[in-house]
Amino acid sequence: MSVELTCQELVELVTAYLEEGLSARDRDRFERHLSYCPGCVTYVEQIRETVRLTGEQAREETLAPEARTELLAAFRTWKHAAL
Amino acid sequence: MLVALCAREERAFVALVDAYGAGMRRFALTFVRTPAVADEVVQEAWLAVLSGVDRFEGRSSVKTWLFRIVSNIAKTRAVREARTVPFSALETDHEEPAVPADRFFGPDGKYPGGWIEFPQSWSERPEVKLEAAETRAVIASAIETLPPAQRLVISLRDVEGWPAGEVCNVLDVSETNQRVLLHRARSKVRAALQRYFVGEGS
Repeated sequence: MSVELTCQELVELVTAYLEEGLSARDRDRFERHLSYCPGCVTYVEQIRETVRLTGEQAREETLAPEARTELLAAFRTWKHAAL
Repeated sequence: MLVALCAREERAFVALVDAYGAGMRRFALTFVRTPAVADEVVQEAWLAVLSGVDRFEGRSSVKTWLFRIVSNIAKTRAVREARTVPFSALETDHEEPAVPADRFFGPDGKYPGGWIEFPQSWSERPEVKLEAAETRAVIASAIETLPPAQRLVISLRDVEGWPAGEVCNVLDVSETNQRVLLHRARSKVRAALQRYFVGEGS
């Protein structure tokens, strides 16, 4: 039987836990702590929610048409220089 | 695709630009932070891609190769302009706890290392704080104020959705380092959300 994790220790292991980077022994300690600690359950949920919400940040999905046109021009210059 | 590019086929170049162009620009923006400079970095990166394609040996994936080129150019620019902290050290800095120590009982407390008060759940937040746009703004400003290496890692992992291995390859950091940076970054973004959702210190 290993020493129990404290809440303060657990919050530092959350990322390793979610990344599946904990040893089997530490994962067991982590999950055992969660089984009786509602505060840490909330904390882990919040980190998961943080990751989910961060994934919803707006992203520019396309290049501006001018930028694309400029790149194509650069490509043509390169192509002809190389011929 | 690169074979076709070596053969100077325009459609191969267009396909690469369309697949990675926007992502490369967002990536450049995490280093230099002004759109105009990011555009220049990306433009320069594509020229470097064209100059280097004949010598690309396929030792990394095309994506890794492209983003490493952007990262090299962006770092040089960022340093030259002293716009951001130099990236030379993608090192982890001093210890910063994920949650301030005063939220836990001290060694002589009732439950050493235990929560003095449990974090308040976000499900009880006022309805108005379910607004997605405002939440996004809170997250964006939290990411903005992170140290550069943390900002970069959380942007790639959680905003862009890259797997850990790809981030390590492109940024040339160890798996452990990557995880520590991600951990610090996520902890701070969570703290910002906590303040916003329930107005509490942790």
